[in-house]
Amino acid sequence: MTDIVPDQESQSREIARTDSDPVADPGLPAHVPRPTDVDPAAEKRAERQIATMFGLSSVMAILFCVAYFTLGIGENPTVFLGLGASNVALGVTLGLALLLIGVGAIHWSRKLMNDTEVVEMRHPVRSSDDDRTEAVAAFETGLSDSGIGRRPLIRNSLLGAMGALALPAVVALRDLGPLPPEGWYKTVWREGMRIVNDVSGTPIRPEEIRMGQLINAEPDVFFNPEEYDSEPIEGVELQAAKAKAALIVVRMQPDDITPSQDRENWGVAGILAYSKICTHVGCPISLWEQQTHHLLCPCHQSTFDLADNGKVIFGPAARGLPQLPIAVDEEGYLIATRDFTEPVGPSFWERDGT
Amino acid sequence: MSTNAKAAVKPAKPSKIGAAANYADERTGMAGLAKKQIRKVFPDHWSFMLGEIALWSFVVLLITGVFLSLWYKPSMAEVVYNGSYDALRGLHMSEAYASTLDISFDVRAGLLMRQMHHWAAMLFIAAMFVHLIRVFVTGAFRKPREINWLIGGVLLLLGILEGFAGYSLPDDLLSGTGLRIADGLVKATPVVGTYMSFFLFGGEFPGDLIIPRLYIAHVLLIPGLLLALIGAHMMLLVYQKHTQWPGPGRTNENVVGYPMMPIYAAKAGGYFFVVFGITALMGGLMSINPVWRFGPYNPAEVTAGSQPDWYMGVAEGLLRIFPGWETSIFGVTATWSVIIPGQIAPMLILTGILFYPFIEAWITGDKSEHHLLERPRNAPNRTAFLAAMMTFYGLLWAAGGNDILAVLFNLNLNHITYFMRVAIFVLPPLAFWLARRWCISLQRSDEAKLLHGYETGVIMRSPDGGYSERHAPISAEEAYTLMARDEEKVYEAPAGTDLNGVAARKVRVMQLRSKASKYWFGDNIRKPTREQLEEARAHAEHELAIQDGHTNGHSNGHADGHSNGDGRQPVRSGSHAAPAAIEGRSSTDPGSSEK
Repeated sequence: MTDIVPDQESQSREIARTDSDPVADPGLPAHVPRPTDVDPAAEKRAERQIATMFGLSSVMAILFCVAYFTLGIGENPTVFLGLGASNVALGVTLGLALLLIGVGAIHWSRKLMNDTEVVEMRHPVRSSDDDRTEAVAAFETGLSDSGIGRRPLIRNSLLGAMGALALPAVVALRDLGPLPPEGWYKTVWREGMRIVNDVSGTPIRPEEIRMGQLINAEPDVFFNPEEYDSEPIEGVELQAAKAKAALIVVRMQPDDITPSQDRENWGVAGILAYSKICTHVGCPISLWEQQTHHLLCPCHQSTFDLADNGKVIFGPAARGLPQLPIAVDEEGYLIATRDFTEPVGPSFWERDGT
Repeated sequence: MSTNAKAAVKPAKPSKIGAAANYADERTGMAGLAKKQIRKVFPDHWSFMLGEIALWSFVVLLITGVFLSLWYKPSMAEVVYNGSYDALRGLHMSEAYASTLDISFDVRAGLLMRQMHHWAAMLFIAAMFVHLIRVFVTGAFRKPREINWLIGGVLLLLGILEGFAGYSLPDDLLSGTGLRIADGLVKATPVVGTYMSFFLFGGEFPGDLIIPRLYIAHVLLIPGLLLALIGAHMMLLVYQKHTQWPGPGRTNENVVGYPMMPIYAAKAGGYFFVVFGITALMGGLMSINPVWRFGPYNPAEVTAGSQPDWYMGVAEGLLRIFPGWETSIFGVTATWSVIIPGQIAPMLILTGILFYPFIEAWITGDKSEHHLLERPRNAPNRTAFLAAMMTFYGLLWAAGGNDILAVLFNLNLNHITYFMRVAIFVLPPLAFWLARRWCISLQRSDEAKLLHGYETGVIMRSPDGGYSERHAPISAEEAYTLMARDEEKVYEAPAGTDLNGVAARKVRVMQLRSKASKYWFGDNIRKPTREQLEEARAHAEHELAIQDGHTNGHSNGHADGHSNGDGRQPVRSGSHAAPAAIEGRSSTDPGSSEK
């Protein structure tokens, strides 16, 4: 129990041995013949089985082609038990065509191929000492032929040149993307912009919102850019703008709401608007619990209390949901009174400097 | 033989195959390589098939992936969908999503190939995981196979990245949400996060470049790396020869099994068709990732119950259960609730996996070559570590679906999360302790088999009325197999005068290693020595002789009790048929219990 392992490389040459054990190695057990080795009938049977599998495989391959051409897809797909017939038939025929080859080959190897075990000796993984000596000598000859050891100037300047190549390699990637522009985190919301339904683009009157209802909303500028002296927002720009400006509008009992001091006039008769983008990693939040005023993110379950300034009450989000101050315009529609007072969405390093 | 000969050297029997082989060998000289490899021996065990599943599913991925790439358009340009699927017709969407819908609805066998590709990806990563567990728990990563362990770890990481990239390509609502989360993870990086996000997406999220960029990574960059590493993995395997389980005639110096040609060519080749065939059946019969149901990506929308592919579940679980920690100081924000679970923890887990063989070798001080696999019970700490890691993984994986669990079992989501926050620290150590004790108990059982034989289920009654179970010696084959394990040596730091002149830091390292080594081996049951085995044999023969003397006087009913279910009840009494009670055995003093 107190053997000390000599911490030397000398051990590495040995392959760990176990045959010093007190129980002698009885040697490989004798080969036991299989029924197919001794019984010609069994052998014939196995042969027939294997050939049948290979034969069926070709039948399946042909059936695949038949299914490919006969079963319709697209607007009027052939349906089988409510499933797309083409996919099911192609999958089953192809699957069986392949499986039958595989199972047949394995069956062949197990039943008919010679199953006598073969012993092969291992060699130590390392090269022989002679090989090592020769390799080292060859390398040293090469090294001295090059004279790299004697000419440090060449060596160092080459190393420097190789190192300097890293610069173009990195610099060339500079145009992967633009630098974050100043105020990139700002949204398109601004004073007087109407809050509209995210699908239809219709403006929202406070009285249309039922008690406890949640509405997914967008800024009107996406639908009526000319009203806000804006170019039409489309494609990539629209996606990027949506990723920040998406809004949820909820109506709660005014008595339930406990606005912080500076937010007392941010709502309209119990209607409040919050950013839809989670402050954790940016999923759009959508699961609304009417009774508790809790809003749950479906991605990582951060939960925010919308009656309490969007405060985090559960989950991995660290900051409350940004709230958008809203009012009603002269025509009676909900509008934003300004942009969000803080960046929306996931945190980033410079966030507090904004 | 001369290369100047006018006529080519011909094989003995001129045949078409012979002529082709001759043509090839005259140009490549490959007979020298082939003579060794054609009958190369591979040992057989069901668990060696797991890596094969990974290999073959990768080939299936290549084949189905090429098919998909013939129609898929890696573009985020906005188009109006005009294909066969009614519910989305007329909607604005990216070309990527539209072409994925076309593959699913308007290309025959397109949906089949898409589903096969996705299923094969699941299978690829799952098989790599299980293969890794097999290699770990049998000690197959030990010298000389540490490099293959590292390659395997990198393959697993690349496989997961490849899976995530592929998952993102359809640009549907679910995959876009995945990218949104990736953007959140990137943005949380201290100092450079915002810049990294802008560079990754070619501007502000989501931009219109991420799909083509992920596409080229998915079809060229990562598969190229995977192919190269799989090649290296296989070449090392061929050179080092496969490990095998110990047994009669199977030693550390040989490899026993079936030759490459014909057995393994048929078995492994056949297995490729089996894996391919099963993915085809899965693709035909089991729906996966029905992107048409999610709709095009819209950064303002999300579906409830959003779940990533299973292999991202651990990362998802980490993100979900982490408390919302964030520091804002000196005008900068560090979001720990994203940095730690999303960036630091995965790196730590990966580093731990990659470096494990080196840590274990340092503790054991083992520098010899190992070609025999070790039974999990004979390396209790390793097995216990795996049990702890699997518990950790399983808990995080469950946490990644905490919303699903809450709905499924009607539980409170918050309670599940609170439970997981504690459980990931409490349960893995518990699993470690349990697995370690279990392994040591199994070692005791092996020792009992060696010294006292196996339990025959025959209950003996002694003249003075005591009952005992008759034990019979195990076969020479089984005894040899049980004994075929390494002798363990606890590392002890040199003491006293030897340490004069050794730096204090080095001494501390030695002492730490000595402690670790003691913990590693200390509770193991040592292999019985020759003397112990002989003594036990003599004792057992004596006992059996006495018992036989008794049984001869009785009816043969006792011996038949063997086949009786009741006969297997362990009956303990004062007089054991076995020569020695092993309960009192202490590993540090193996001789003490032999009374």
